[in-house]
Amino acid sequence: MTGRNYQIGSPISPEFTPRLEARHRSSKLWEMIFKLSTIFGILVLALLMLTIINSLAGYVATENTVDPASLAVNGTPLDELDKDTLVTILQENVSKGLFRQIEREKPVEERSQEEIYNLILDKVIEPKVVKTWPLSESIFNRPAVLAEAAEQYPTATVNFTFWVNSTFLSSPQSSNPLLAGVRTAILGSLWIILITTLIAFPLGVGAAIYLEEYASDNRFNRIIQTNINNLAGVPSIIYGMLGLALFVRVLEPLTSGAMFGMTVDPSTANGRTILSASLTLAILILPLLIINGQEAIRSVPNSLREASYGVGATQWQTIWHHVLPNAISGILTGTILSISRAFGETAPLVVIGAATYITYDPDGPFSKFTTLPIQVYQWTARPQEVFRNLAAGGILVLLLMLLTVNAAAIIFRNRQSKHKL
Amino acid sequence: MQTKMTLRSINPVNTDQLISLRKRPRWGERLIQAFLLFCGAFSILTTLGIVYELGKEALLFFGSPEVNLWKFFTGTQWQPQVGEFGILSLVSATLMTTAFAILIAVPLGLCVAIYLSEYASPKARNIIKPTLEILAGIPTVVYGYFALTFMTPLLRSIFGQNTVEIYNTASAGLVMGILILPLISSMSEDALSAVPRSLREAALSMGATRLETAVRIVVPAALSGIAAAIILGISRAVGETMIVAIAAGAGPNFTLNPFKAAETMTGHIVRISGGDLSYDSIDYNSLFAIGILLFVMTLGLNIISQRIVRRFREVYE
Repeated sequence: MTGRNYQIGSPISPEFTPRLEARHRSSKLWEMIFKLSTIFGILVLALLMLTIINSLAGYVATENTVDPASLAVNGTPLDELDKDTLVTILQENVSKGLFRQIEREKPVEERSQEEIYNLILDKVIEPKVVKTWPLSESIFNRPAVLAEAAEQYPTATVNFTFWVNSTFLSSPQSSNPLLAGVRTAILGSLWIILITTLIAFPLGVGAAIYLEEYASDNRFNRIIQTNINNLAGVPSIIYGMLGLALFVRVLEPLTSGAMFGMTVDPSTANGRTILSASLTLAILILPLLIINGQEAIRSVPNSLREASYGVGATQWQTIWHHVLPNAISGILTGTILSISRAFGETAPLVVIGAATYITYDPDGPFSKFTTLPIQVYQWTARPQEVFRNLAAGGILVLLLMLLTVNAAAIIFRNRQSKHKL
Repeated sequence: MQTKMTLRSINPVNTDQLISLRKRPRWGERLIQAFLLFCGAFSILTTLGIVYELGKEALLFFGSPEVNLWKFFTGTQWQPQVGEFGILSLVSATLMTTAFAILIAVPLGLCVAIYLSEYASPKARNIIKPTLEILAGIPTVVYGYFALTFMTPLLRSIFGQNTVEIYNTASAGLVMGILILPLISSMSEDALSAVPRSLREAALSMGATRLETAVRIVVPAALSGIAAAIILGISRAVGETMIVAIAAGAGPNFTLNPFKAAETMTGHIVRISGGDLSYDSIDYNSLFAIGILLFVMTLGLNIISQRIVRRFREVYE
């Protein structure tokens, strides 16, 4: 009882003191390493952003097939001419076949002056990018860039270009990098997100309510829960394959719109429509939505439910009037995060067969589609360097849209934490 | 007395009639409950759908006379045009990119997790964590762009233009490592933070340095969570698609040279299905065979990860 065996005062073994310094040194060293790793992670993020910014603007050397000055009538520059004159110029300078094709897409009478002007730009003047320089070179090494341009491309005009400009935002896809844009892609993305949310939100919230409020702890419900956790880890491309086999092929009458009497152009859409893409993405984000929803519902204190039951409310009345209003901001935050996941998803949409080259706006669930990430993928995958600039522009638009969506999520989260007592 | 009277005035009970205490059937509520049950069971339908659709097409593939199961798993040539279906050429590329990703993400992710949970001040953590979460939220196609326009030129300038091809597995794998770094670091950090303070305090009071406390006490106590994070990271890397589709190369190639182009399982699925594909061809069916293999691989890894968490978790108090 008296601690006979303890010798207070000399508990330190002889090796202790000489090793102490080394131990502290290695502790300090590793602290540095841990810190540097963290800094490295943040640096990579910065590097990623810089790589994108570097391609967003810079000098571009372009050559025109036809000099626009030669097309001017009586000294009036091309963009100030009226529509009829422009149509004449267009007719004179393109082949008959091409003109007929243009007519077929949309009759010339229905096109505006601006559209005709763009057509002339595209088909007659045909500006071609011969070389682009990244932003860093264009700023820090300007004389060298201009000298190189003057030497190697004497006929080209060299301009400092921002790739994300009004043309980029308002034009559809085009094979000419100077005229290509993300308009159809943005619209496609928005359509898909809208329908995905409409399908996934009720299903996801319903499942979350069922699992948290109704499901007793039996075998069936445990299987559902495990299954949802497993589905959350399935690679997105597998969902794409499910979408291809199920929505594009088996349910083709539904997803192509044939069932609803839609006129289907057999050569194009089949089941590869916005509806198929939305269904696929809805199934993809469902597990995420359910797990987030469950967490939000679980965080509602039990005393609230008991109080509600205590005054005689039924289970559904309790859920509808007390649980859901308290969980809604958490549920919405989770929904927004899932939606932003769907927004950036590329692989499953490529698998179910997104059209990569469409020049008209999608007009409903049964039209062909392309989305922003797919456009970025297509431009990145092209061998010509010019398209990398467009890809960077697409990425910027994509990231800005994601940022907007996520900012909404953060606002919801803050409102939720303010509500908590 | 007063309370009794007010109660009675609110709720006048007709004493002539006996109140039935039996639960009243509420059909509306039943209907809602049925709908909610359907929502919950929907996920099972999804799984069944995946297994059925992928399995059906894969069976068609394995059932066709050109395919030999033994050759499928041991062959190193994948050339559907000449009837060669050796999955190893695709699997090897997948394993190689995954290995690179893990090589980057595990050491870095662990260091970040230890720093955040053991060293960083709350203020620093509140800034660093969301910043790293941004990395996790960036669409993978952006990483693909990064791999092709930054990582590949970097590798080529280090190792020489002739050794490193424009499309290579090393570049894709390294960038994939950056993608799964936040996943591993945040999951590991959660596991480390869950270790009770008393353990750290005990170690420190015994004279252990901060490093010794972190590495010998906290990390072993959180090992199950860390292992689960790593396995989930592997599963994520195996299923990752866009980075490899953009940067790893187009065309199956059985090679162990990370600087050569090779196509992974996911990359192959995306390239073939992105092109013009006729249904019911052996090409189309072969995609589903690859798909189901991928599904089984990632599902297995996920289940192992969940098992580890459940079985080896050290529960304190």
